[in-house]
Amino acid sequence: MLYREAGQFKTSYAADQQLFPIRQDRIGLIVLLAIAFLGVPLLASEYWFSAILIPFLIFALAALGLNILTGYAGQLSLGSAAFMAVGAYAAYNFQLRVEGIPLLVSFICAGLTAAGVGILFGLPSLRIKGFYLAVATLAAQFFIVWCLTKFPWLSNNSSSGVISTQKLMLFGHELNTPVEKYLLVLSIVVFMALGAKNMVRSTTGRAWMAVRDMDVAASVIGIKLMPTKLLAFAVSSFYCGVAGALYAFCYLGSVEPDGFSLDMSFKILFMIIIGGVGSIMGSFLGAAFILLLPIFLDVALPFFAELFGLPFSSATVSHIQILVFGALIMFFLIVEPHGLARLWQIAKEKLRLWPFPH
Amino acid sequence: MNFFFEVLIGGLLSGVMYALVALGFVLIYKASGVFNFAQGAMVYLAALSVVGVMEWGAPLWLAVILAFTIMTLFGIATEKFVLRKLVNQPPIALFMATIGLAFFIEGLAPMVFGSEPRALELGIVDEPIPWILDNWNMVISKFDLVAAGVASLLVATLALFFQYTRIGRALRAVADDHQAALSIGIPLQNIWAIVWGVAGFVALVAGMMWGARNGVQFALTFTALKALPVLILGGFTSVPGAIVGGLIIGASEKLAEIYIPPVMQDLFGGNFGGIEGWFPYVLALLFLLVRPEGLFGERHIDRV
Repeated sequence: MLYREAGQFKTSYAADQQLFPIRQDRIGLIVLLAIAFLGVPLLASEYWFSAILIPFLIFALAALGLNILTGYAGQLSLGSAAFMAVGAYAAYNFQLRVEGIPLLVSFICAGLTAAGVGILFGLPSLRIKGFYLAVATLAAQFFIVWCLTKFPWLSNNSSSGVISTQKLMLFGHELNTPVEKYLLVLSIVVFMALGAKNMVRSTTGRAWMAVRDMDVAASVIGIKLMPTKLLAFAVSSFYCGVAGALYAFCYLGSVEPDGFSLDMSFKILFMIIIGGVGSIMGSFLGAAFILLLPIFLDVALPFFAELFGLPFSSATVSHIQILVFGALIMFFLIVEPHGLARLWQIAKEKLRLWPFPH
Repeated sequence: MNFFFEVLIGGLLSGVMYALVALGFVLIYKASGVFNFAQGAMVYLAALSVVGVMEWGAPLWLAVILAFTIMTLFGIATEKFVLRKLVNQPPIALFMATIGLAFFIEGLAPMVFGSEPRALELGIVDEPIPWILDNWNMVISKFDLVAAGVASLLVATLALFFQYTRIGRALRAVADDHQAALSIGIPLQNIWAIVWGVAGFVALVAGMMWGARNGVQFALTFTALKALPVLILGGFTSVPGAIVGGLIIGASEKLAEIYIPPVMQDLFGGNFGGIEGWFPYVLALLFLLVRPEGLFGERHIDRV
């Protein structure tokens, strides 16, 4: 009853083709954005901003990037953290070496740099497929991190490649409180998420999905594989690159190449699997789940240990955390292989009738 | 030139160690189409359970038997409780499940057996063979040679097992075509349990070798990362491919580590050590551009 699209007639092409065709979706989105832009800054504490909300948005953006590549274009990649690293270091270098470059321009340039690197490492996808490609993308992961450590120019000659980001100057105003950083990240993420939502329903997006479903068939119906796949790599890396720049500038403030490890790539991959492969919203849900789970375990495990009087050492607690994390991933895949986005889909189906039985 | 050969042989022998881990991947991939990322964690678990049981006072042989039992049970449990429930899911979901499994093992194993690094004594010393040192002035480790011998023995045993036993034939049938194997009455689920058991055994051998070499510690899980380029170079589905790939990767990696950084240093200045982290991957990648299915992988034909 609440979520019923019956009676919403479209009388113009514009109305028929809008991004969110169902009224309830539009209202929901506006409410959500209002909460995110107005409600959250009023209510949340500093800890929430800097430890949960900002990393959540940044990882959601990175997951979105990977989802474009893996979920829509079907190219499995294990190197997303490396592209984030490219973005972070590129943004740093643009700020450092180009006099007076505006912040947003440097982020865009960082994204474009990452896109260029992404195209380079996407080239093998024209020849190799599936897990061969996944392992090949590990080459990007290890090679890029190594380069950032070993070429001192990239980190302005700092030891072991650690960079401390410049001040965040936006239109002559310095952003230094968590709230301001949060709003900056949120605006960028919302803008890019809407962009992605639009992109995946365009010709490009449909071409990606055709390639994902079967690339030989796609090429038979006239989709050029090379530009399509490379564009997917470029767009995905662009998203990851911007996420990396935000990660360095708005979240940590100081990053080292080894921070962008294979573990982080896996984390991003987990986000899209748990959230839902091939779903924009899934990227957000997955990012929230994967980020909140360790925090939840951090709080819950010592509590349970105390409750049952178990003498856990801190080492044991960290082992149990890893164990539970792994077990939950497996459990989730078994229970809902299509991810949280699918659960949302089911919920919507139910809401269509609720509270009536038929 | 002597130095070149010394590095080359050292590389080939360490390549055998990579091949040991890669074998476990190949076995499972061949039989069930699962890309088992947890193989490295299984190596860690195997080595840790040998050391752990020995710490409780058991002799080496008993520890190995117990560890073998643990690995087999673990493999069967994995098949039964995780992979069986994921049948017919896309390969990426299975792959993610094995990453979850890897996390699970990495949490479980040190909880049971302790996480501090320990040495594993197999009674083989890691010292140069005097005879070769005297005659050719080359340092070839005794341990590496033994490891190579063990690996060859393992591969030969597996080859015989696959070729001449009833179970081996069933395994090959399943690897060829699940549906056909099922329709002629091969119990698919038992076969998968066996494959996971065998993979556990391979992990045990690899774990003991690597553990004796580098000490039993968390870093053993990274052996998986060493095995992956071997795997794509040799082809996911080929046992000989894993061996040949291992040799190529091992040798070229060691040679590159010696000869490339000085060149780069001349070009750019600075220190360029540590290229063995990415070099095998880039090598394998370049190789794949020529042969997309690896050296011995099955040729993939796309049909619409």
